[in-house]
Amino acid sequence: MSEHRIETHINGQRIEKSVDARLTLVDFLRGECGLTGTHAGCEHGVCGACTVIVDGLAVRACLMLAVQVDGAEIRTVEGVAAADGSLHPVQQALREEHGLQCGYCTPGFVMTLVAELEKLPRPSVAEMTAALSGNICRCTGYQGILRAVERLASAPEAEARRIDIERSEEPR
Amino acid sequence: MKPPAFDYVAPTSIDEALEQLSRGGEDARPLAGGQSLVPMLALRLARPSLLVDLNRVTGLAGVSHAAGELRVGAMTRQRAILADSLIGRHAPALADATRFVGHEQTRNRGTIGGSIGLADPQSEYPAVALALGARIEARSPAGTRRIQVEKFFLGPYSTALDRGEIVTAVIFPDWGEGTLMHVDEVARRPGDFALVGLVAALRCDAAGKISRAGLAWFGMAPTPRRATRAEAALTGALASGVDAEEIGRLAVEDTEPWDDVHASASYRRTVGARVAARSLRRILDASSNRGRP
Repeated sequence: MSEHRIETHINGQRIEKSVDARLTLVDFLRGECGLTGTHAGCEHGVCGACTVIVDGLAVRACLMLAVQVDGAEIRTVEGVAAADGSLHPVQQALREEHGLQCGYCTPGFVMTLVAELEKLPRPSVAEMTAALSGNICRCTGYQGILRAVERLASAPEAEARRIDIERSEEPR
Repeated sequence: MKPPAFDYVAPTSIDEALEQLSRGGEDARPLAGGQSLVPMLALRLARPSLLVDLNRVTGLAGVSHAAGELRVGAMTRQRAILADSLIGRHAPALADATRFVGHEQTRNRGTIGGSIGLADPQSEYPAVALALGARIEARSPAGTRRIQVEKFFLGPYSTALDRGEIVTAVIFPDWGEGTLMHVDEVARRPGDFALVGLVAALRCDAAGKISRAGLAWFGMAPTPRRATRAEAALTGALASGVDAEEIGRLAVEDTEPWDDVHASASYRRTVGARVAARSLRRILDASSNRGRP
């Protein structure tokens, strides 16, 4: 079993650790970094609970090895709210619409939707729902989650977000 | 649900990767996107002694088109395949199939080479390769070779790759003007493995005659499987005269579906005939709408 030194940025903080090759990213985040907001559900890539954002893309943290994120930029649910604790629009929408019950799957839903909002200027309900097909929730029957998605698609800040993204994509 | 212990290397060149694989011997395995191999590790269905990670190897990802061939590098992610304009133009079935491959989170990592090398009989890409008559480019310390797709898939999870040989690209021949392609499948939920799936490609000449047909099933046999009888019936026929229902029934004659907890073999045959008929109707309708008879 090989051990590897890795350096990564998690929610903007530089982390350097030594990891076993077989350690998955989700176990690394939870066990080695103390970031237990990312939840391990099925641990074989089916449920989506462990979704995190690696280099801007939503991925399943149980299907990456910790050693593979050497040099990568990772964002977890702990890094989504603003520094003053005010909620991200995705979190706010899920809260307002009761988009969770036990909450076990919620970090995965949050990270999938955060990535989707960053990928598409103004995703439609259909686009967000399609992105969420890889996340399983066993409590809500998805109704509250879908209402949160509708809220995100129709929110006035969706327009503001679109303009922000257009600005940031102007040639540099 | 934790992977067993293994050694890990992340080479940056193909030559280095091949060397590590051959040095690792029988139980060394290449790691592509990891969206199938890592679950197999977690479930301990795979116990490699060494993983050779291809994610840092340069030159394995990317799409190019030259001399009548589309070359899709093995480490090209499914996410990139969905959006690639060359693929959209020259092998639209590959992009079409990608809609059915896993979920957004897995498509961000999963690769075409990983899917082809794994050879899951229920997966979409091997059937796309078969329907379109692709060749699999493979490399070993002995050199590079191109394997005809008909000779590549030998059984479930079994391919013509030699030990220590890796897929480096999938090469799709141009089908030319007048070609339309369609991929359809039936699964319990989006992203689940297909109960039944079909890749269909038809090329019509200016007179409205079908000059080439490629139909390949997935989830209907131990390997992706061509519907050769249906292809023969279509080739040379007038597109306007095709009886899609009849070709659908003919197309399932080349399958060997099985009974499992998800569906019976007879269900797969019945639904398969409908999927094939529906796909053909869709292609033929689009073809006549294009102004080609």
